[in-house]
Amino acid sequence: MSIDDRAAALEQEFAQFGEWLDKYNYLIELGKSVPSIDPQFRTDSYLIRGCQSRVWLHARLEDAVIRYSADSDAVITRGIASMLIRVLDGQPPDAVMGADLSFIDRIGLKEHLSPTRSNGLLAMLKQMKLYAYAFQAREKAGGKS
Amino acid sequence: MPIDPHSIRQRFPLLTRQVHGKPLVYLDNAATTQKPEGVLEAMDHYYRALNSNIHRGVYTLAQEATDRYEEVRQAVARFLHAPAAHEIIFTRGTTESINLVAQSFGQRYLREGDEVVVSVMEHHSNIVPWQLACQRSGARLKVLGIDGQGRLDMDALDAILGERTRLLALTQVSNVTGRIHPVREIIRKAHALDIPVLIDGAQSAPHLAVDVQELDCDFFAFSGHKAYGPMGIGVLYGKERWLEEMPPWQGGGEMIDRVTFEETTYNELPYKFEAGTPAVAEALGLKAALDFMEAVGMPGLHALETELMAHAWKKLEGFPGMRLYSAVEDNAGVISFLLDGIHPYDLGTLLDRFGIAVRTGHHCAQPLMDHWGVPGTVRLSVAAYNTTEEIDIFAEALEKCAAILA
Repeated sequence: MSIDDRAAALEQEFAQFGEWLDKYNYLIELGKSVPSIDPQFRTDSYLIRGCQSRVWLHARLEDAVIRYSADSDAVITRGIASMLIRVLDGQPPDAVMGADLSFIDRIGLKEHLSPTRSNGLLAMLKQMKLYAYAFQAREKAGGKS
Repeated sequence: MPIDPHSIRQRFPLLTRQVHGKPLVYLDNAATTQKPEGVLEAMDHYYRALNSNIHRGVYTLAQEATDRYEEVRQAVARFLHAPAAHEIIFTRGTTESINLVAQSFGQRYLREGDEVVVSVMEHHSNIVPWQLACQRSGARLKVLGIDGQGRLDMDALDAILGERTRLLALTQVSNVTGRIHPVREIIRKAHALDIPVLIDGAQSAPHLAVDVQELDCDFFAFSGHKAYGPMGIGVLYGKERWLEEMPPWQGGGEMIDRVTFEETTYNELPYKFEAGTPAVAEALGLKAALDFMEAVGMPGLHALETELMAHAWKKLEGFPGMRLYSAVEDNAGVISFLLDGIHPYDLGTLLDRFGIAVRTGHHCAQPLMDHWGVPGTVRLSVAAYNTTEEIDIFAEALEKCAAILA
């Protein structure tokens, strides 16, 4: 499934909730359902420090797609992180780099990706794209040699 | 005559707004308070009727603006019970006031091997300026600890103050816990060793009657915006004997006596420390805020807040999983807490959906969070316009949030 299809699926899942409370309940459930980061990567080397909450992110390239895993000490942050993982995990680097993530805005969770929110999520998203960029550069370099 | 808290509330236009379709419950007053009509009107009136650059102008408008501005200095001096208006320096806020002292006092008095003492409870604004001053001078920063109840370690104080201590910089009220520290007693101890004391009054000036002569502090800093006034205006009180000795910290207009390329002589106090065009509208706003507080009376404000806090404690103390970082006694209107297993960010995010504004995180006091070993806390802080009904709304919402996040 493409990034857009996965994003559309998530948007649809959230559309069933009229109440913000149900939306957040679902968000927290999403956070619980996604497999957590391997404890060996829940360390300072993989930590993205936000002012309000902390996020750990790990990425590896496997069969030309990126496998992401993440965790956070806050459950709402973890929920949003799990949504980003759900749409971007298992995608090739160029798809991640060009990904349109406006679905988060449409779901009504945009505030969590605000640069002033300082919860580590925007930095996580930047880091996910940086990984994609690095993996692509490495693939190209590997292809030439 | 008793003061009806609801009549106070009506003076604050912002408090009528809604957030996420619910009435705003503003409980982040330690960060900044809302502003009464009088403050808004004073600032508006300045730009409509008085605006001109103050001092030096020979025309009527400039004279009027200057007079009004200098009246604010007099009012601040009265508010703090300072001996003289020229001991009142206008700054942008507490942070700038402390930076002024750290730079100017530091340049004049700090040498290699000297020591500056702060506490572990300080706001970053009363830590980092001293770190910078120590880096410049080769002095050392020493840290006074606290006990399990959040009280300053008075036994350690005697050991930490020494021959090389050049200054003690302490907050009167903790911005994280609301704890009122016995600064008068501490100042007396420091003075017995000839050590001057700077008091960070950002959290005390809005809640307690401050008398700098009774405290006998050498410096006292506070912000307008945490005391019902505008942002961008603050105060540094300093004893004349220090201010006279201290060099200017910013150069420019206003602070000079005579300028030539060979030599510049400086203006007298307080202008020596006020380079450039000041924030006149903000100063007039500050005056209106002081008028508001004086009209209610500091004892009256304190009584209102004490009643609110008693109600808040009743609601929070028995709450399941409650971990309190504030104490009931000697508290100036702040409750810092965590709920077991719940991250402050999650709690703050959900409380916002109920229209409730509280602060979450480290409250610009990371050393204190490290001391406790927590990422942050949730902080509720009251002002005179809050109501017991708002505390009830907060407590009910807290229950719902805890149920979602448990």
